[in-house]
Amino acid sequence: MFDDFFTRALIAGIGIAIIAGPLGCLVIWRRLSYFGDTLSHSALLGVTLAYSFSFNITFSVFIISAVVALLLINLQKRTKLAGDSLLGLLAHSTLAIGLVLIGFLTSIRFDLMGLLFGDILAVDVEDITIVYLGGTTILLILYFIWKSLFSATVNYDLSAAEGMRPEVSNFIFTLLLAGVIALSIKMIGALLITGLLLIPAAIARNISSSPRQMVIIATLAGVVSVIAGLFVSLEINTSSGPSIIVVALLLFIISLIPLEIKGQLQK
Amino acid sequence: MAENNNLLVKLDNCGVYKSSKWIVRGISLEIHKGKIVTLIGPNGSGKTTSAKMILKILKSDEGQIKNFASKMAYVPQKINIDWTMPLRVVDFMKLTSHINNLEIVDALKLTGVDNLLYNDIHNLSGGEFQRVLIARAIAKKPELLVLDEPVQGVDFNGEIALYNLIKKICSTLNCGILLISHDLHFVMSATDHVICLNGHICCSGTPRSIVKNSAYIELFGEHNATTLSLYQHDHDHSHGTDGRVTNNV
Repeated sequence: MFDDFFTRALIAGIGIAIIAGPLGCLVIWRRLSYFGDTLSHSALLGVTLAYSFSFNITFSVFIISAVVALLLINLQKRTKLAGDSLLGLLAHSTLAIGLVLIGFLTSIRFDLMGLLFGDILAVDVEDITIVYLGGTTILLILYFIWKSLFSATVNYDLSAAEGMRPEVSNFIFTLLLAGVIALSIKMIGALLITGLLLIPAAIARNISSSPRQMVIIATLAGVVSVIAGLFVSLEINTSSGPSIIVVALLLFIISLIPLEIKGQLQK
Repeated sequence: MAENNNLLVKLDNCGVYKSSKWIVRGISLEIHKGKIVTLIGPNGSGKTTSAKMILKILKSDEGQIKNFASKMAYVPQKINIDWTMPLRVVDFMKLTSHINNLEIVDALKLTGVDNLLYNDIHNLSGGEFQRVLIARAIAKKPELLVLDEPVQGVDFNGEIALYNLIKKICSTLNCGILLISHDLHFVMSATDHVICLNGHICCSGTPRSIVKNSAYIELFGEHNATTLSLYQHDHDHSHGTDGRVTNNV
């Protein structure tokens, strides 16, 4: 029924959505959406380096994102600039370095559009293996640090006082975020990754009343967006990454309806 | 020695240095099982900072801290829960430990808010939230309980009930309690050891001895102090506006 490439795209996309669900919730709770953006901008530099030195793209992007994340934490301690200024500084300078380096790579045919928007229909079996191996690792680590991470998200002092070691879990969380961006850059693209992290979690926030519920709904919303988005792109021949995000946006709009009804009833 | 087995925390000349000045300095104190130690002092005198040092949230920049408490629970002074997170009272109760719903309800009953179990935490009033915070700390059955102005925003009757509860918890759990409070009446009538802070320890001792201390009287004013005692001794130092000792006699 499906062409082979389409099945592969579905499997990879669903994998990404499952990882993005819980991480996206944490990004929303911790107000880190711009942080995610910065990491994905810097991912472009990672991809360029991967092409220059023929590394594995996922690995290269992970390293660069992790370095940028740690650089940010370090700069926050050293300078008197606000977090958003530093994020902007890092996002645009790494993006610029990446684009400058691309200029040197004239010998290689470079698909800039594919990099910015991803090409989920081009994933091969190796990509799927990386997504599922990496994804399982990320989710397992997240499971083990969840209590600490979650309590630190609610209140850092409380978490520290009651022996949850929040400084450790915060550090690991930063690396996990770099990891999910590395896993998804090839499929969703640098510009749209934050969308896949944020929008499903935002949908979930509208209709959930407990943290666990929000994580589950966010994951489901991500999976539904990927499946529906891919079918839409196949049907009406649109780019796959943006189609997924558009479907997610539609789901977000639908998720506002229960809020509206509740508001009306309470009047 | 039995005395030493009951020791939970011992601070020896500790202090916190931040933005090129000492927030608190020269803090030495001990907290024992089954005893309530209270910190009193004006705003900005370093009460919360001292508590955070004991809880290992802040590092002491000098001196030595020994902490033998196997489990600590904390009721912070103010806490903001971001509205981006859907959080019910029951989720908040389980924040740092695995406790079952029965224990949660029992703890919430103690502070009189068991009816709020499934309420969204963002919709609680200030006093209700304070009661949930105290219940959460108690439900952990800690060895050391640190309460930073635990009854703020609680109605008058509730305040008395909660103070009595704190006193009761101290003996039933046999835990050590560090309490930061502005309620001198409770402090003087129900706690075992009082420490007057103003950037450093001005005076400390049993409530009975504290009310006679001139440093205490100077800090809290004749009127408040004299409700409990009229004794007066010479104060051996005075304070600058930042609480630092300006001259020693």
